[in-house]
Parts: sequence; C-alpha cells; structure tokens
Amino acid sequence: MSPRNRAIALGLGLLLLAAVPPVASLFNQPFYLDLVRRIMIFAIAAASLNLILGYGGMVSFGHAAYLGVGGYAVGVLAHYGVVDGIVQWALAIGASALVALVIGAVSIRTSGVYFIMITLAFTQMLYYLGISVEEFGGDDGMRLAAKSRFPGVDLNDASVFYYLVLAVLVLVLFLGHRLVNSRFGMVIRAARSNETRTRAIGVSPYRYRLAAFVIAGAVCGLAGALLVNHTAYLTPEFMNWTRSGELMFMVILGGMGSVAGPVLGAFALLVLEDLLSGWTQHWQIVLGPLLVLSVLFFRRGLAGLFDKNE
Amino acid sequence: MSSLLEVRGLKKSFGALRASDGIDLEVREGETHAIIGPNGAGKTTLIGQLAGELRSDRGEVRFAGENITALPAPARSRKGLARSFQITSIYPDFSTLENVMLAVQAHAGHSFRFWSPAREEAALCAPAQAILEELGLGARAGVRAANLAHGEQRRLEIAMALAVRPRLMLLDEPVAGMGAEETQRMIAFLSTLKGGKTIILVEHDMDAVFSLADRVSVLVYGRIIATGSPQEIRANPEVRRAYLGEEEPA
Repeated sequence: MSPRNRAIALGLGLLLLAAVPPVASLFNQPFYLDLVRRIMIFAIAAASLNLILGYGGMVSFGHAAYLGVGGYAVGVLAHYGVVDGIVQWALAIGASALVALVIGAVSIRTSGVYFIMITLAFTQMLYYLGISVEEFGGDDGMRLAAKSRFPGVDLNDASVFYYLVLAVLVLVLFLGHRLVNSRFGMVIRAARSNETRTRAIGVSPYRYRLAAFVIAGAVCGLAGALLVNHTAYLTPEFMNWTRSGELMFMVILGGMGSVAGPVLGAFALLVLEDLLSGWTQHWQIVLGPLLVLSVLFFRRGLAGLFDKNE
Repeated sequence: MSSLLEVRGLKKSFGALRASDGIDLEVREGETHAIIGPNGAGKTTLIGQLAGELRSDRGEVRFAGENITALPAPARSRKGLARSFQITSIYPDFSTLENVMLAVQAHAGHSFRFWSPAREEAALCAPAQAILEELGLGARAGVRAANLAHGEQRRLEIAMALAVRPRLMLLDEPVAGMGAEETQRMIAFLSTLKGGKTIILVEHDMDAVFSLADRVSVLVYGRIIATGSPQEIRANPEVRRAYLGEEEPA
C-alpha cells in the first residue's frame, strides 16, 4: 500500500470507530458500543504485545500479566478510596513497567521455548497470587468500587469513556509507529532478524530487548486500567493464561510486525467470538479451525491482505 | 611494523575434538594475513574465537596492546574488530541500504532513540550509501537484501564489516561460492583496502590468497604449522605435504 492509500485506510478506520457511539444510540443498540470499546481495549493490549512479539521476536506467553497488574493497580486503589484517575493510571503503568522489568530481566536471558515457558510461569505466579489474596476477593474477584475520576471526563458516560479509549488507542498506535521506525526500533528488529550479525556489528541486544519488554508491559498495564473500568469488576481472570493466548492470537491473526495488525486481529477474533457464541455454545469448535487456517494461509495476517508488496 | 593482534596459546575443544590446539598468531598493523588450511582445520573456529563469539578454553588474545580475551563479540566490534561470515549473515528482510545503516548505527553511540525515523537520518544514510557505492551496490540500495544475487550478498557482507570502520577485518572466505569473474572483482576490491586496513583473510581460493596476502599462516588440526611470505609458504615442504598435497598451487 502506498503511503497515500495507507493514510486513507487509517482515516476511514478512524472515522468508522468514531461513528460507533452515535450510530449505536440511533438504533438504540448500546451493546455495540460496549463491544467495540472492549475490542479497542484489547487492541491496545495486543498492540503492546506486537511490539515485542512482532517486532522484537520475543514470544511472550504471559502478556496478560500486565492487564492484571494494571487492573489491580486501579481496583486496589479504588478499594482503599483513591479514585483519582491520574494517580490510578500512573500506578497501573508504573507497576506494570516494574513487573515487566523483573520478568524481562530474567526471561530475556533465555530464548525459544524457555522464554515462552518462563514468561508463562511468571504470569501463573501472579494469577495465583491474585486468587490467594482474600482482601481483594480471591478467585471471585471484586466489584470496582468506583470508576477512575478525571477532571472534566466522566467515565460513567458510556460515549465519553468510548472516545477516551479510542484516543488512547490512536495515541498508542502513533507512538508505536514512531518507535518501530526509530533507531531503537531498528535495533530490536535487527536482533530479531539476525542476532549473530547484530552482535558482530557491535550491539548487545539484551538491554534493548529489555527496554522494549518494559515499554510493552507499561502500555499493556494501561490497557488493564481501561479494562477494569470497562468491566467495573476486578478478577484474577484478567491474568489467566488463556488471556495471554488470546492476545497472541490477535497479534498473529492481525499480522505480526505491522502497526495496525493487532487492531484488525482484535476485531476479527472478538467479533467472531461474539457472532459464533450467538449461534452455538460450542463456538470454539468453529473458531479453532478458523485460526489454524488463518495461520496456514495468511502468514502475514489480516494486515498482509491489505499490504501485499512489503 | 608493530603488531595489532597477538594470539597466545589459544585453545578450544568441542567435546573430544580439539578445534584450536594452542594457536599462536601475530598480525602486524596494516598487513593482510591469510590463514589457509584443509577443511576442518579449525579456521572458522579461530575466527569465532577472535571475533568473540566463541569463548576460548585457554590462551590470550591481545588487540592493540589490550587483553580482550574476556570481551564478548559486541564489545570487540566496538573496539574496531569487524568480521564477515563464511555463510552469508545479513538481515534478509531489510533493504540493502538498511543493512549497512544498521552497522553504521551500531557504532554511532547508543540506540536508545525512540522518536525520529532512522531511515531519514542523513548521518546514517550517507555513510552507508557511500560504502555501497564502493562495493558497486549503490544501485541496489533499495532492494530487499533477500532478493540480492549471491555475489551481491557476499559484497554486502563486506560492506557491513567496513561500515563499522574497523581497525582489523576478519574475512571468512569472502569469495566463497562466487563465480570466476565476481571473484576477480572481489579480489580487486579487497586489494584497494590493503595497507589502509589490517585484514585477516581465511580463504580456500588460492588465487585470492596469493594475490592479496602479505603473509600466510597455515592451520592444520588446530595448530599453525608455518607462517611466512606467500613464496616461503609455497616452498615449505611441510606445508606442501600437509595441505597443498600433490597439487601445485596456481
């Protein structure tokens, strides 16, 4: 796709997303606003995973950890009466970055299947930690005491919250676009493409990978803060390993190493899930083969369908 | 001439196989020093040990007077030791220019720069393009490296090694798999580097060795059995027996 066509496609996509609240209210279908808002939150999480999985080649099978850390940061503060959104979200981002720093510092020393297993193991530890803390509802979770409060922005207004999520998504995609094309982005992509050569030209990939891992964790923590406000309910299920798997599917289905890919992946996966679960309760029997086929035949994901020549 | 690289008693075993079995080597500033030897003599292992990719079991490597034995590959590269690979090792999904730009970038300070597009930085593009021109790849700058012909990829290998402005280049079979004409062109190019750069050349192609090398070391079973001028090496009976065999070198 030429830069011009890409700009048109992005503009159209943005317009479509922006049109959802008025159209949903026109047809009196608030459910769709809710669905698309949820999809966009997962798109943010998937975009953060894409940074390390698609561009950095780090197959993190524990990315849901940061959804959980971000969610708990907001939920726990609200539980103790701190509802200032700026404080809550700053903690969500900061705590996720810190957790990513610890997990990354250990796991990035490994590679391949060991990396996958270590990231999964860390996330399972956090998951069971969430289950074991009775103060915050254990495995039942707890209601979010109150939504995050921002001056002039009321998250209880469904449309306002929707547009906030859309704004965050656009911001994350834009920053991601800058990042992957910067010197930093070139280095993490180079290390993915050929580590031996990267070391031979004088770059130790470790600290760049770790930095990318921390950035991805922080952004996903923000998605967690959005998600807990969206569900108004906090549960360890945020960190379930199947959640990590879903995020990976969104990235792979949408197209690894394409900035817009994870958004397409999130839409495709969650809309399919919604449609299929409306037809049959055994919807996963249909979804599974579809995913297999897409991996087999669209190696570059949905984004690759639009962008043949790269 | 003073020596730029000094190797003392370098050893490396893989299980029972002694790939490097006490290698002593001295490379003088500005010389082109060829290392020849039969298949399996341990030439690529030695290059790996010099580049820092393989940790030596024993011995010492001194570069410009400094003991670099414990330094990993990236640190050695930053000190001015660049290598090319016997089996082409490039970034296939990046453009030819980007391949070289990455090497330039690696030696232009840290890469914790998150905002400006690297492709648009003249400080990276201009030197990279200049090196591509030198190697006759200027017109191929925008092509994906995976789509280059074999000979072009071999030249890109050299371009990436040059882009880090090395004091010492370790060239591992630079003309491997090249046709006769391309081999001649590569030899001509490498001879333009002679004198300006110190080069360790591992090569099977005897034309390349005898037309480029100031000195030649012969590696057999992990040991250097002789070092000398190309004429001395050709005349050395031990070398002829161990390596050159019955066949007269060209």
